[in-house]
Amino acid sequence: MMNGTLSRKLLGSMCGISSRRLSFAQSAVNAVQKQKELIKSRELEKDELRPLYMDFQATTPMDPRVLDAMLPYQVNYYGNPHSRTHAYGWESETAMEKARKQVADLIGADPRETVFTSGATESQQYCVARFYKAKKTHIITTQTEHKCVLDSCRILEAEGFEVTYLPVKNNGLIDLKQLQETIRPDTSLVSIMTVNNEIGVKQPIKEIGHLCRSKNVFFHTDAAQAVGKIPINVNDWKVDLMSISGHKISGPKGVGALYVRRRPRVRIEPLQNGGGQERGLRSGTVPTPLVVGLGAACEIAQQELEYDHKCVTVLANRLVQKIVSEIPDVVKNGDPDQRYPGKIRLSNCLFFLKWESLLMALKDVALSSGSACTSASLEPSYVLRAIGADEDLAHSSIRFGIGRFTTEEDVDYTVEKCIQQVKRLREMSPLWEMVQEGIDLKSIKWTQH
Amino acid sequence: MASCSRAQVISLYRMLMKESKKFPSYNYRTYALRRVKDGFRENLHVDNPKTLDMLINQARENLAAIKRQVSIGHLYSAQKTIVEIEPHL
Repeated sequence: MMNGTLSRKLLGSMCGISSRRLSFAQSAVNAVQKQKELIKSRELEKDELRPLYMDFQATTPMDPRVLDAMLPYQVNYYGNPHSRTHAYGWESETAMEKARKQVADLIGADPRETVFTSGATESQQYCVARFYKAKKTHIITTQTEHKCVLDSCRILEAEGFEVTYLPVKNNGLIDLKQLQETIRPDTSLVSIMTVNNEIGVKQPIKEIGHLCRSKNVFFHTDAAQAVGKIPINVNDWKVDLMSISGHKISGPKGVGALYVRRRPRVRIEPLQNGGGQERGLRSGTVPTPLVVGLGAACEIAQQELEYDHKCVTVLANRLVQKIVSEIPDVVKNGDPDQRYPGKIRLSNCLFFLKWESLLMALKDVALSSGSACTSASLEPSYVLRAIGADEDLAHSSIRFGIGRFTTEEDVDYTVEKCIQQVKRLREMSPLWEMVQEGIDLKSIKWTQH
Repeated sequence: MASCSRAQVISLYRMLMKESKKFPSYNYRTYALRRVKDGFRENLHVDNPKTLDMLINQARENLAAIKRQVSIGHLYSAQKTIVEIEPHL
């Protein structure tokens, strides 16, 4: 039986949990700080090999066809699309309108209903933070939304709006009955994301859209992770507002689009005022090369949707099956059916082996444990908390992202390294020994020495 | 029509594969090779001459784009990815 102080030291140096139990608090905090320094950012050496990219939820590599479409507008066709008096302006404007049609076709909308913005976050601001203030002041959203929506809702609360954060079931989906009961006569907006970026579940958007339409409530969905990956039709789904991000569909970074329904009319306040571009909703020169890239990315995504979906499903199943067959006690978060297969989150129930240890051990593979915006914090993801994952599951979870460019070799390499490192780290963990002996960790009473 | 002859299609396929192999980026190279092969396989039994013409024009445009992107890739090359070098255990 290991000495109490020795086991504490071992655990303290290997793992790092902000456990509330007194005996671990101090050593845990120290260990966590040490590990924070260990995952230091550094540039790769010249002859160092690049890690494998398995983080497709954070961003995607730009498709070469998209870059090919963008370059002429960076080099020769540099006119301002709003100049009406010369050929430079006319050719830029034609390109911009063509891109608008390409984006609209992907989501089944009319080109007049799309507004180009600088990204999905800016689009959310229009939909949530600056929503038309009528007599209705109640907004409904979920606990698993993206940070930008949650933050905007928090600001709205300070301005006098009332926000309800709907809880989600254990599989990550919302309860339609609960949503129906939560909608009140003074509800003005419901905002629910289509595909979650952390656990990959797909919400029942069609049903939610029909419900909101029947109750005369505006419906906004953040489709940044869903556009180009699952078929979307805003008219079938009865969506009123939709945010699209360029860099999640192999397009350029720094551009996105907002879909604003015209019939029935949805009124939003402009964030940027000025020359009246984009129907007065978003003044400012539209960046032609970026929107051309976004348009090309949308067109390619539409053409390749089925092919990509098939490839990604096969690879995702391969990854999960291989890991689950070799490592016992691995939990996949989120609903098994209602999901987009390319976003896998596995809680490697490593019993206090924090995700940082695994990510540091897997230094040849670029993985993450949560969304990029929350990666600076050491706290476990709020999405996992919302789906009711235990503290230890939430702390030991990592996220695999598979996309258009992932190959079988990538998956095999990742799986191999993952299995190797998990086995090695588990061997070193005294808690794992205890679990193997059949001790239930939750029943242990840790005492202070 | 001359552009629809089997020999033309095969030569187009060979050129596409040859150019795709030149991509310095691992992601782009593997994707292009896979997509070209699967794309040609999908359309193996297309009979309609109009569709054939359209597909062949598309293939020609893609070939030109691949050639351009390969040169750009070479101009801005980076280190190799770990999977390209390390032998599989």
